[in-house]
Amino acid sequence: MFDYQTYRRWTDRTMVFLCGAAAFIAMIPLVSLLAYVIIRGVKRLDWTFLTSIPTPVGITGGGMGNAIVGTITLVIIACCVGLPIGIMAGIYLSEFGKKNKFAWCVRFTADILSGVPSIVTGIVAYTLIVRPMHNFSALAGGVALGFMMIPIVTRTTEELVKLVPHSIREASWALGVSQWKTILNVVIRTARNGILTGVLLSIARIAGETAPLLFTAFNNQFWPHGINEPTASLTVQVFTYAISPFKDWQDQAWTGALVLLILVLAVNMAAKLFFKNPRQLLR
Amino acid sequence: MSDETAVKDKKVRAAVEPTIAKSETRKIEVRHEEPSTEKKTTKVKVDDACAFFGTKQALFSVNMEIAEKEVTAIIGPSGCGKSTLIRCFNRMHETVPTAKFTGDILLDQKSIFAPTMDPVVVRRRIGMVFQKPTPFPTLSIYENVIVGLTLNGVRDKKVLDEKVEWSLRKAALWDEVKDNLQKPGAALSGGQQQRLCIARALAVELEVLLMDEPCSALDPISTSKVEELIHELRQNYTIIIVTHNMQQAARVSQKTAFMLNGKLVEYDATEKVFTNPSNKLTEDYITGRFG
Ligand SMILES: Nc1ncnc2c1ncn2[C@@H]1O[C@H](COP(=O)(O)OP(=O)(O)OP(=O)(O)O)[C@@H](O)[C@H]1O
Ligand SMILES: [Mg+2]
Repeated sequence: MFDYQTYRRWTDRTMVFLCGAAAFIAMIPLVSLLAYVIIRGVKRLDWTFLTSIPTPVGITGGGMGNAIVGTITLVIIACCVGLPIGIMAGIYLSEFGKKNKFAWCVRFTADILSGVPSIVTGIVAYTLIVRPMHNFSALAGGVALGFMMIPIVTRTTEELVKLVPHSIREASWALGVSQWKTILNVVIRTARNGILTGVLLSIARIAGETAPLLFTAFNNQFWPHGINEPTASLTVQVFTYAISPFKDWQDQAWTGALVLLILVLAVNMAAKLFFKNPRQLLR
Repeated sequence: MSDETAVKDKKVRAAVEPTIAKSETRKIEVRHEEPSTEKKTTKVKVDDACAFFGTKQALFSVNMEIAEKEVTAIIGPSGCGKSTLIRCFNRMHETVPTAKFTGDILLDQKSIFAPTMDPVVVRRRIGMVFQKPTPFPTLSIYENVIVGLTLNGVRDKKVLDEKVEWSLRKAALWDEVKDNLQKPGAALSGGQQQRLCIARALAVELEVLLMDEPCSALDPISTSKVEELIHELRQNYTIIIVTHNMQQAARVSQKTAFMLNGKLVEYDATEKVFTNPSNKLTEDYITGRFG
């Protein structure tokens, strides 16, 4: 009566069904979130929104042009801080830090740092830059975001540089190429797509941060004039507008969220393009 | 390293010829060795080489003299230290973190471990081709060939162009790739990649070419091409080839070294080693009785 074959087939099917159902349920919040942001945000999404600055309180219209520029500025400053340090530290860890104590400490710190709540990073940047300079600035915000980038970039760079086969390094040494030239011209060149992917993912990650900007870059209702003044960002602007009592601002908050989502998705997609084929990482 | 060697040398020589000072010993030895190697000059001299990985010893006092413009084959069962030995010749052995080396290796009578010898320079004079072809994946065929030059500061386009053609012709690859020099090096077949690696080694002005099982990943046709190539290159270069293929060793080499468990068991003219080996172990290995 008891047929092991049938039993196995049915457990098989049940498991497949359950996992499929779980995967489906996992998608629901994601899809509904996307759909909701699009539905609410698309209303105000037009050229004016992308190119004009906010109107004074109570007047309908305006947009988040300055916040978009601000977010891009912040990301660029963050890259200036985070990429050189992160990439070089990653190379150090993979090329010279196989077993030494210092490298272990760096790795440990990077792992801790990537788990530090972003608001804490914000306070640090506030104390280090905003307080001594006596004003909120894009510089402070960018540095705060840069701090957040360092551990991510360090670890992804390390992992990807490690992927470069040892034989490639040996081949270069055997040609009489010195170690640092091998690293610069052969190893990094071989791993560059991978490193670029890591960089893009870290950008996507920090572009959506609000907390560290609240008391570093703060906010601004006008076009930026430099990096040493308070600067608007999409995230802070969305936050400000979303909690305001005005219907028009609330709508704009959704549109701002949509724009941010599109930017982040675009960066993520670019990263995916490089990542598409893991073998291409080493191209 | 060289201090240690010197001390060791002294001890050994002192035991043999207690009355002769060290520097004199060297001179006498060279003069004495010259006629015995018959008209050929010694290109590489391995003097009491011992190599270690951590505490594990992989080479046990290997001594050999490799004549200029000859092909020397190194045979022996897997794990006997063939790769380790030839990786000492271009100081690649020391790139392994736990590796140690004692003894000395002389290139044109000068120690490659002398403080004035930069490993980078040694490796330019003693090139290496690995078992697996290792073209640089991000570089084109053209760039692959001259990478050893460009990374060391050669910028002159005309010089580079000439070098690419010269090396690829030498490596018998020119006709197959001359129209596709900008294609990635990794897009070639395995055999072509291996010849590309040989061309890459030749582009650097080398004198000695080390080949670690260069044909083990290749099909018979590519193999015979590489073997022909070795015959050609012999005119200008000293070649040391590690191989598992006894026929190949017999075909391409003038001298053959047989190694076992990190020791050099027999080193003689290829013909002699294969027809009338003086050591029983060599005979057993060659006739396939073990290994
Ligand atoms: N990186 C390393 N670390 C530790 N031990 C090593 C290392 N490389 C080689 N050895 C050891 O040294 C010995 C000699 O190895 P080697 O690679 O020279 O052998 P081989 O004769 O080239 O063998 P094969 O024909 O398989 O290539 C082996 O016993 C091996 O275990
Ligand atoms: Mg080997």
